[in-house]
Amino acid sequence: MKHLLSTADLSREDAIRILDTSEQMAATQDREIRKLPTLRGKTVVNLFFEDSTRTRISFEAAAKRLSADVINFSAKGSSVSKGESLKDTALTLQAMGADAVVIRHWASGAADRLAESSWMRGAVLNAGDGTHQHPTQALLDAYTMRKHLIGAESGPGAGIDGPTGNDLTGLTVGLVGDVLHSRVARSNIFLLHTLGAKVVLVSPPTLVPVGIGAWPVEVVHGLDAALETYDLDAIMMLRVQRERMSGGGNSFFPSPQEYTRLFGLDGDRMRRLPDHAIVMHPGPMNRGLEITAEAADSPRSVIVEQVSNGVAVRMAALYLLLAGEEGGE
Amino acid sequence: MTGTILGASDISRALTRIAHEILERNGGADNLILLGIPTRGLPLAHRLAARIADVEPSFDAAARCGSLDITMYRDDLAKHPTRNIGTTTLPSSGIDGAVVVLVDDVFHTGRTIRAALDAVKDEGRPRGVQLAVLVDRGHRELPIRADFVGKNIPTARSERVHVLLTETDGEDAVILSDGKSSDGKPADGATSRQGSAE
Amino acid sequence: MSPSAESPQDSTPVRSTPAGSTPGAARALVIENVSLLGESLAHIVVQDGKIKLVRVADAAQGSDSAHSSDSAQGSADVLRADEVPEGAARIDGTGLIALPGLVDLHTHLREPGREDAETIESGSRSAARGGFAAIFAMANTTPTADTAGVVEQVWSRGQEVGLVDVYPVGAVTVGLGGEQLSEMGAMAMSRARVRVFSDDGKCVHDPVVMRRALEYVKTFDGVVAQHAQDPRLTEGSQMHEGVVSAELGLTGWPAVAEESIIARDVLLAKHVNSRVHICHVSTAGSVNILRWAKAEGINVTAEVMPHHLLLTDESVRGYDPRFKVNPPLRTQEDVDAVRAGLADGTIDIVATDHAPHPDEDKDCEWGAAAMGMIGLETALGIVQKTMVDTGLMSWADVAHRMSQLPARIGRVEATHGLPLSQGEPANITLVDPRAAWTVDPNATSSRSNNSPFGGIVLPGRAVATFLRGKPTYLDSRFEGSFA
Repeated sequence: MKHLLSTADLSREDAIRILDTSEQMAATQDREIRKLPTLRGKTVVNLFFEDSTRTRISFEAAAKRLSADVINFSAKGSSVSKGESLKDTALTLQAMGADAVVIRHWASGAADRLAESSWMRGAVLNAGDGTHQHPTQALLDAYTMRKHLIGAESGPGAGIDGPTGNDLTGLTVGLVGDVLHSRVARSNIFLLHTLGAKVVLVSPPTLVPVGIGAWPVEVVHGLDAALETYDLDAIMMLRVQRERMSGGGNSFFPSPQEYTRLFGLDGDRMRRLPDHAIVMHPGPMNRGLEITAEAADSPRSVIVEQVSNGVAVRMAALYLLLAGEEGGE
Repeated sequence: MTGTILGASDISRALTRIAHEILERNGGADNLILLGIPTRGLPLAHRLAARIADVEPSFDAAARCGSLDITMYRDDLAKHPTRNIGTTTLPSSGIDGAVVVLVDDVFHTGRTIRAALDAVKDEGRPRGVQLAVLVDRGHRELPIRADFVGKNIPTARSERVHVLLTETDGEDAVILSDGKSSDGKPADGATSRQGSAE
Repeated sequence: MSPSAESPQDSTPVRSTPAGSTPGAARALVIENVSLLGESLAHIVVQDGKIKLVRVADAAQGSDSAHSSDSAQGSADVLRADEVPEGAARIDGTGLIALPGLVDLHTHLREPGREDAETIESGSRSAARGGFAAIFAMANTTPTADTAGVVEQVWSRGQEVGLVDVYPVGAVTVGLGGEQLSEMGAMAMSRARVRVFSDDGKCVHDPVVMRRALEYVKTFDGVVAQHAQDPRLTEGSQMHEGVVSAELGLTGWPAVAEESIIARDVLLAKHVNSRVHICHVSTAGSVNILRWAKAEGINVTAEVMPHHLLLTDESVRGYDPRFKVNPPLRTQEDVDAVRAGLADGTIDIVATDHAPHPDEDKDCEWGAAAMGMIGLETALGIVQKTMVDTGLMSWADVAHRMSQLPARIGRVEATHGLPLSQGEPANITLVDPRAAWTVDPNATSSRSNNSPFGGIVLPGRAVATFLRGKPTYLDSRFEGSFA
């Protein structure tokens, strides 16, 4: 694996390998000494053109646990104020000897451009580009689902020997919220499909892209209808932005209250899920908007665990990108 | 001399002798933990544990035998395609204060054991670490020695030692080849994905 | 210093005198055995900037371009010695096709204001290389071409360079702001004699402003050329809205944003009895609306760009900003529809929308990149590849759509787009339809290199361009002819 840019690039074998490697990484995080010497001497640069303390810290922890050196580079600039160019920044990093660049950028395709260009030679790991992809998020989501549902006591994953080596065949996963603007949704849709799960999008028509017909998903325009039609094994609440819910000319929804009424996950809706179902959220949550406190803090919620799984998955990603010989696998 | 060095019964006798040597050296099986290094060190560790349990019935072979994956401690990762990481399973009581006997199939340069020692150190603080190997083929590159050896086989550097075990390969044998064979059999692990003995 | 004294390589002479103004400055020339519009073989004699004589070599020869060079009968009617002017340069037109000099109704020359991307001189050079004798320079310069002063500046500079006739386009609204009509009358009466008005780059989106503009240009037989893009439906748009944009996570530019403006404007043009021109038509729906409008007798003309004849939004996968353009690359259905529309005349002309950008505006992430592609030198080859070689158009059609009609729409038909016959100005483009070439974005006369066609093989190209008898571009094969 030379770069990790999009879950659409991952074959079923690639995906399972990453998940299995994540399991081994997670095992080391239960020990007293959580650090491994594996990537000693490698330099990982966190290149963040968009603020995101949580994701950056997760990648930093992952790199450091593998003994890599971490450099944090917070670049200024947005689509409005041009700031530093991606090209010049990349040339600088190359001069600093980056073995891998973890890039988060406001422009869709930025990670692809960095990987295709001749500006730097290291591995590129997409930590979120515009509304396009966020592959490690989808991988940690799939890892979490696999851990809880495959080899579980009940549900479609029961009767399977365990998570290791397996995909998500037989599971039905619901993604609820703003799909149009969500790189998490895009990454999840392609990865879940590759791993054999059925994907149901629960979203208002204004927040579903026009080209959705080509995707391997089913679409429902209300959460109650979705809960009635499908037995969801996992429900993932996507974060919605209040600015998009204001009812004004540029908004996609009349009001936050109406959104919560039609699409919010509260205790009642949660209790209509199958007993084994888990509640997920990529974070950060808008408590009270897309998810209530009762749902977020319930025993079914794996939201906090997703965060620690994120470190293990990112350790696995860094290991698979950097540990082997350059250009191999 | 190439060809089959050890047959199934040779291997069995060697393992029985090693099991007794371990018990003799440690004055019994108290506090003993066997950790096999994947791939083939693992079934060997289980066989040793079973033989120890035969002699010392208080020894719980299943509970006191585990695996130690050393992939993430190797010093040669960048020289090979990315390796899959294997599983590390330790007794639930951990290894603090125990005597850990590492078990591997072929002892060669010593780098695998060096990585294993680093891995053990990150898992806890045993009272001592000992090493049992089925075959010692020489050519050490580090100052590491084995405590228990099944058979010493002098080899040329270019030769390859193949260990076959019923659990992994369907038969028991140790075969020496001249290193130029293209019979598809793995070499002593240098380029395989499943870990190696060096 | 007369240009003919320099020996032209595969580029034009650097310095040039105003075309045709000095007697004897443009050397006489004879083009022999050339295929007129791909139809009949002829010899053409040019003197004093005009076509002096056209001798059709074999009137019965009706063969098309690909075979005209095979006929040996063409040499039957050789020119007499007294028909060949003294000192005339002789060009062997065997295998070549003569078209009236091409006219591009839609080019961006960037001067004044963005001379780092292009200048009137470099743009003229690129145009001549592409076979163009006249280009219409859009008004989105800095300062905007919304006053007589700016358009006269552009026009003068074009004359000074003398490689193509540069006709400035005047802005419809002041500063392209879409609110206040610019002094179109003053621009029309200036030396630049502006007849085409456009806010291209932006849409005249206010219906009342568009109505007034359509009414106002009737004063001087002008035309409003609309860049059809509803700004509200395309805020932040990056590429065509469809299956590809959904996957790539790029904000979509829906077809309806183009079609709804076209629908509105043809109805407005009908209502106020004016004519309107639609820039860069790109969607199947737009073609349908235009077809309907023409059937209704509405005075609307339309243009299509070469990139919309060839590329689709699939090219955007990979996020290479060389494919970023406005209006965006669309689907295969749209490409098929605009080709059919061009073939049946619903779309009247081909224009280039040559839009140079410096490297830093394309060597970046998609969202930060500028929109536009250069296209003066690849237009003819792409039209040949997509329309002529597929049988949808003949070379005579190319002459009609890339020379005669654009000249008429731009109201310059007194000097351009005229037939290749005796007495007409010698604005001639010679095309080699068998000179296949691979596009190299870096090997262009334009100052910019933002072409999406790098590596594509085009079947043919212009090999000589003459503006009133003066060679403005000569392929290296003609080195000897002008020694």
